[in-house]
Amino acid sequence: MTVNDAGSATSSGSDPIQLLTPEGERVEHPDYPLEISAEEVRGLYRDLVLVRRIDFEAIALQRQGELGIWASLLGQEAAQVGSGRALGPKDIAFPTYREHGVAWCRGVDPARLLELFRGVSHGGWDPKEHNFQLYTIVIGSQTLHATGYAMGIQRDGAVGPDGEAVIVYFGDGATSQGDVNEAFIWASVTGAPVVFFCQNNQWAISEPLERQTRVPLYQRAHGFGFPGVRVDGNDVLACLAVTRKAMQDAREGQGPTLIEAFTYRMGAHTTTDDPTRYRLAAELETWKLKDPIERVKAYLIRSDSADEAFFRDLDAEADAVGAAVRKACREMPDPQPLAIFDHVYAEPHPLLAAEREQFAAYLDSFADAGEPALEGAAR
Amino acid sequence: MTTLTLSRALNEGLRKAMENDPKVLIMGEDVGKLGGVFRVTDGLQKDFGEARVVDTPLAESGIVGTAIGLALRGYRPVCEIQFDGFVFPAFDQITSQLAKLRLRSLGHVTMPVVIRVPFGGGIGAVEHHSESPEALFTHTGGLRVVACGGPADAFAMIQQSIICDDPVIFFEPKRRYWDKAEVDVAGGLAAAPPLDRARRVAEGTDVTVLCYGPMVRTCAEAAVAAGEDGRSLDVIDLRSLSPLDTETIFESVRRTGRCVVVHEAPVTGGLGAEIAARITEECFYHLEAPVLRVGGFSTPYPPSRLEEYYLPDLDRVLDAVDRTFGF
Repeated sequence: MTVNDAGSATSSGSDPIQLLTPEGERVEHPDYPLEISAEEVRGLYRDLVLVRRIDFEAIALQRQGELGIWASLLGQEAAQVGSGRALGPKDIAFPTYREHGVAWCRGVDPARLLELFRGVSHGGWDPKEHNFQLYTIVIGSQTLHATGYAMGIQRDGAVGPDGEAVIVYFGDGATSQGDVNEAFIWASVTGAPVVFFCQNNQWAISEPLERQTRVPLYQRAHGFGFPGVRVDGNDVLACLAVTRKAMQDAREGQGPTLIEAFTYRMGAHTTTDDPTRYRLAAELETWKLKDPIERVKAYLIRSDSADEAFFRDLDAEADAVGAAVRKACREMPDPQPLAIFDHVYAEPHPLLAAEREQFAAYLDSFADAGEPALEGAAR
Repeated sequence: MTTLTLSRALNEGLRKAMENDPKVLIMGEDVGKLGGVFRVTDGLQKDFGEARVVDTPLAESGIVGTAIGLALRGYRPVCEIQFDGFVFPAFDQITSQLAKLRLRSLGHVTMPVVIRVPFGGGIGAVEHHSESPEALFTHTGGLRVVACGGPADAFAMIQQSIICDDPVIFFEPKRRYWDKAEVDVAGGLAAAPPLDRARRVAEGTDVTVLCYGPMVRTCAEAAVAAGEDGRSLDVIDLRSLSPLDTETIFESVRRTGRCVVVHEAPVTGGLGAEIAARITEECFYHLEAPVLRVGGFSTPYPPSRLEEYYLPDLDRVLDAVDRTFGF
């Protein structure tokens, strides 16, 4: 589907790029040939299963009071794993706060993701370590950061067939933000090597897509002067192929692409949200038939690409990953109170140093009095 | 009298305002069908329709910018910014446009826009959901800035803000949304103090304690605790942060000679600094001690596991009260 195709904003359009049907049937697309081995498909399936398991564990941990909140990726596993596995080691990803699947693909320890949601840090990982930037909560801000980073790649002479490219994630709601539209403009006029990966999960908390757009989101790209493509966001193979091509185009100096991954937020916006207040259960049931994981399983079985032992072993691995996540979360220590003052500035700051000293003395005054510092203090 | 949560009191106040004036609109993210993430607008879209309670696109600058346009057309928009940390995309529209249009038109244009902002921490949230940006707005001429501390004020002040012909930044203490109190829903606004006046929460003679929003309850509790130690706190809920009710503040400080200002926002460049300066200018010879400030540190708001250390609490208020006797 190209930018010139018509289609309503909310229907899935005539044909988003699809390489694996919901029934698990492999189909071809002339623009996106995909040579993929059975082993690679099994690898993607493993990613999908493990990422969903991590997500389930996190939801459970929130219910048990171990996390303050969790933003579930349920339903968006294929969009995240497909695009995440399309990246080269030198490529860099700019996530929202829901990109747990992309983080997994970049090699970020799932326990690190929990830090932000447990409230022990505001992110806490080094973006350079896995070429995975920090989660961004303010909607859409990261699209400009990604574009600027890509402009740096241009200046470093790192554009070319073996060059680097940037992918930035955002949602359907974010497309309304000024920052996102400014990022489209910057990327367009600079030809920066950035891929805009929009996971259209149909809902911005309680607001359906109609509140954000009257045209399919991928068509927005045309007005900004770069290509847009809509992919079946629940098809991991299509997300892989489409993202690979867009990233390679960017690397080779052909500028940005907008990918609209048409998917569905099967869970709540976050664990504090109650979607029964604003959407019908029937909608969820429809999307369950397009589940991103089931179709890969069906394909693996129907093409004889995986045996019973594979699925059994993966179940066991998921149990182990889940247990590791639970353990890491429960054992995660709270930061020390004086950590409030750490990492605020790169250079010395006398005022902050004085505040830190005063606060340390204040905390000590409780210890002197034989009281546990601030424990049970009334709010 | 009816027992209402602060959230429900705001809801009732908004409902009254919408019943009283067909030009009143509500706009924001998730304010319609969902009723707002804190349920402040619960049921209003059902009763007043989608033209008056608008689920907007997800863009805060757009919410405030279009509210300005609607106000130019004669409407009285009440915008909801979902969380304090999300007000900044709208900052340009608020400070560069909304605050200045009356002046620029030599008074021909009024901007009766209310911007509701749930603010403050203490709810265990992730970043951008616990901030106290009020000083950025009190620093901006042309805006009125208020904060409610309890259900009765919430009910009255939201209506007064909507009636007001100036733009009002309306801060709601989000960790107090579920606090309950008696509210005179049927009684109207006659008994409510004017929007720009402070309100005494506890009568006292030893130290003036100034607070607003979520700190009102904290300081009221501090007054009880201090009383047990034989210290009498005069606790004043400022309610209006711009303009300040300096008459009430100065009267109290001249009696007590001591003052502590309490807010969650960082002390540096915060409202407490402004208040301390004014007290120094106007009550200098009455002061027994410098005006002390209790507030957040000069850091970004910390991760939630540390927020109990960052937020002023009973102990820190009482500690400052004690220190005012050390000079």
